[in-house]
Amino acid sequence: MKLFKSGRNAYLMASPYLAWAVIFILVPLAMVVYYGFTDGNGSFTLNNVVRISDPGYFKALWRSIYLAVISTLICFLIAYPLGMILSSMKLSNNAFLVTLFILPMWMNFLLRTLTWMTLLEGKGVINTLLDIVHLPAINIINTPGAIILGMVYNFLPFMILPIYNSLSRIDENIINAARDLGADSVQTFMRITLPLSVPGIISGITMVFIPALTTFAISTMLGGSKILLIGNIIEQQFTLVYDWHLGSGLSIVLMIFILINMIVQAVYDKEGGALG
Amino acid sequence: MKKILERIYLGIILLFMYAPIVTLIVLSFNLSKSRARWGGFTLNWYIRLFSDRAVASALMNTLSIAVLATIFSTIIGTITCIAMIGLSPRLRSVITGVTNIPMINADIVTGISLMLLFRFLHIGSGFMTILLAHITFDIPFVMLSVMPRIKNMNFYVYEAALDLGATPFYAFRKTILPDLMPGVISGALMAFTMSLDDFIITYFTKGSGFETLSTLIYNEVKRGIQPEIYALSAIIFVVVLTLLLINSGASDNIIKEKK
Amino acid sequence: MPKTLISLEHISKSFGSQLVLDDLSLSIYENSFVTLLGPSGCGKTTTLRIIGGFETPDNGRVIFDGEDITRLAPNKRQLNTVFQKYALFTNMNIAENIAFGLKIKNKPESYIKDKISYALKLVNLEGYETRMPDSLSGGQQQRIAIARAIVNEPKVLLLDEPLGALDLKLRQDMQYELKRLKEELGITFIYVTHDQEEALTMSDHIVVMNQGYIQQEGTPEQIYNEPENAFVADFIGDSNIIRSTMIRDELVEILGTRFACVDKGFGENKPVDVVIRPEDVELLPPGEGSMDGVVTGLTFKGVHYEMDVEAGGFEWLVHSTRLSEVGKKVSIKVDPFNLQIMNVPESEDEEAISETV
Repeated sequence: MKLFKSGRNAYLMASPYLAWAVIFILVPLAMVVYYGFTDGNGSFTLNNVVRISDPGYFKALWRSIYLAVISTLICFLIAYPLGMILSSMKLSNNAFLVTLFILPMWMNFLLRTLTWMTLLEGKGVINTLLDIVHLPAINIINTPGAIILGMVYNFLPFMILPIYNSLSRIDENIINAARDLGADSVQTFMRITLPLSVPGIISGITMVFIPALTTFAISTMLGGSKILLIGNIIEQQFTLVYDWHLGSGLSIVLMIFILINMIVQAVYDKEGGALG
Repeated sequence: MKKILERIYLGIILLFMYAPIVTLIVLSFNLSKSRARWGGFTLNWYIRLFSDRAVASALMNTLSIAVLATIFSTIIGTITCIAMIGLSPRLRSVITGVTNIPMINADIVTGISLMLLFRFLHIGSGFMTILLAHITFDIPFVMLSVMPRIKNMNFYVYEAALDLGATPFYAFRKTILPDLMPGVISGALMAFTMSLDDFIITYFTKGSGFETLSTLIYNEVKRGIQPEIYALSAIIFVVVLTLLLINSGASDNIIKEKK
Repeated sequence: MPKTLISLEHISKSFGSQLVLDDLSLSIYENSFVTLLGPSGCGKTTTLRIIGGFETPDNGRVIFDGEDITRLAPNKRQLNTVFQKYALFTNMNIAENIAFGLKIKNKPESYIKDKISYALKLVNLEGYETRMPDSLSGGQQQRIAIARAIVNEPKVLLLDEPLGALDLKLRQDMQYELKRLKEELGITFIYVTHDQEEALTMSDHIVVMNQGYIQQEGTPEQIYNEPENAFVADFIGDSNIIRSTMIRDELVEILGTRFACVDKGFGENKPVDVVIRPEDVELLPPGEGSMDGVVTGLTFKGVHYEMDVEAGGFEWLVHSTRLSEVGKKVSIKVDPFNLQIMNVPESEDEEAISETV
């Protein structure tokens, strides 16, 4: 390639971003690690990380994992059949329909959560409608159920998009070939379609699980600030308690989950990450 | 039969996704302050919204941050993508790896890490800190949409232009830049939407006394929802929707022109 | 008389408003190598997919070994397909790909193992069991696709442009491989291609298709030497097709000059199309042939020269191993049995066919 007469020009052009990335991506993460492993006097300690085992914090972490797993599972169960239907359609307006399903992804998630606050309230829209048809009211606002609903509603498009992409990339003739070799539709699905869509499933799970695990806004809005998630605990350390060391220590625990997720993703995603 | 079941399934999911949004927009025109009863049509909440000083300043903050963050991230992101061609594969994968961090990392961690940095550097919180944070998380989105263009580019056209006597700069402007443009535009629109949309990172980097629309909504919601918020939400939905349609339309048109 | 294995009876198929196959009937004999040949969009692939069970015809029946299989699912049919671009299972290694059909049928492990090594030997890829499809070249993937199909011992192997993605040299090698395989396996091959040379090289029987109709069927020699209409003549090899008048039996007037021919039964003073293969045109010194002309173009083609000769207001395509320079005056001679006389299309339908040529 002759675009660059020498490698130096390219390095010169890349250097502003390199500097930017070091200052605003790497250094801040290093600071989280530094604060997480030091106390107020600046000496090394494991206390902040270990305090995740405090009953209150551990319960919040466990609850976060539990709710995130359920939400991710529900998203998957809804999104997979949807992805299969969408990828099997050969309509000319297919692209529009797919856009319709992932469009909410781009809408402010506070507003999306707000809508469910409005709908689920004790005297909200849903209960008023139920009342009109003489059905008993549902009271799930301020319960874990409402948080799960909020998570599913917010993160569903993040599951649909990668699953749809991986399913629509499967060559139709590969499916035909499996049928041709004697597999019935269930066998074809279990042995060909499902295994070939695993990268999409993994990336969907990552994209739903991490934000669900770390959210604090959804639990604040739909859990009535009584059901604390690990995100709420960390948020409070930075905005109420001002214990940055503890907040960083607990964040390091979260980062371990994120790291595991990154590794799983890297193993399955042969294209080498989003930018690969 | 299978077809009908499939249609019903799609319909239910679409209803689940859009009915709440529609409800919210309807409520923004509801005269009754009660959220469950229709009290007649009104534009009251919109009028109240526009006369609200706090909303106006939050809107200004949001827009100016989004515009500036888009401009800076688009320039830095595009230049870096072009530079990637001339870099060693090693450095290329390092950049790719680092750039993936803000996209894979949890927003709450990105938010607090930047907060720690700004406190440490004593950068006054507010406009500047949010802008720096937004540029940081916007750059990966710009690169994400420019990089595929770089990868599929036919560099022989550039060499042909040089061969025909063009200066390197002229050849770049006439061959490579037009090829990159659709990616740059959609990257810029994506950065703009992400910036408008962000709550978590803004929340941690804003400091006190400075609000964007997202943080304003969050504060209001914690206090109890006022109908003005519905009006504001309705407007934001419509604006984001328009931006997205322009974005998909723009890339479609460019594709058609190329054919 | 060989036994009919597959017969297609009055098959029609439309996609939306587009009629792809129109009342097509075709018999395929056991143990033959049949090629469906035609330009893209002629309906050849749709015909193959109907036999394979991937499309259901709107009308008509597919009879296989005496049984109606029109609506039978692909996994219940005793035939296997080699797909365009191979369609290997990218989540499985080579051995697992080949074993797929056998595992579905719950064959014992030892049997499957034997079959895999037999099939790999047959396609000259021994030792590739644990490789992944992505790591193989196009030609190798193609052989695996064939191996994967034949281990199931189908009565018929359907091949959908299997060599289309390969480069020329590899394609020629694979043509011989396929012929050898066909001989060794002793089963019926139904082969779809748009490459007339491929069809002529490999087939026992060629079915030339265009716009959903069968234009002509026959042995490669029949198709090449006695094309029945202008489409077939033009599609199979180069040819000179000239609108002429049949004066009477065994005499035709081409571009104002009368030529002796061997065809009879076209009537008197009837318009006909005459097909003359470029290698059948002889160039003699002026005045010694039937029609004088002048050489206007010359290209060296390796085994022969290709010349354009202007004679009687028509540009003749001539292949010869003897060179005639541009500008040289020559005379054209054609042996009577090398003049192929064809009926001029009558109906509008047939007219439409020749217009697309």
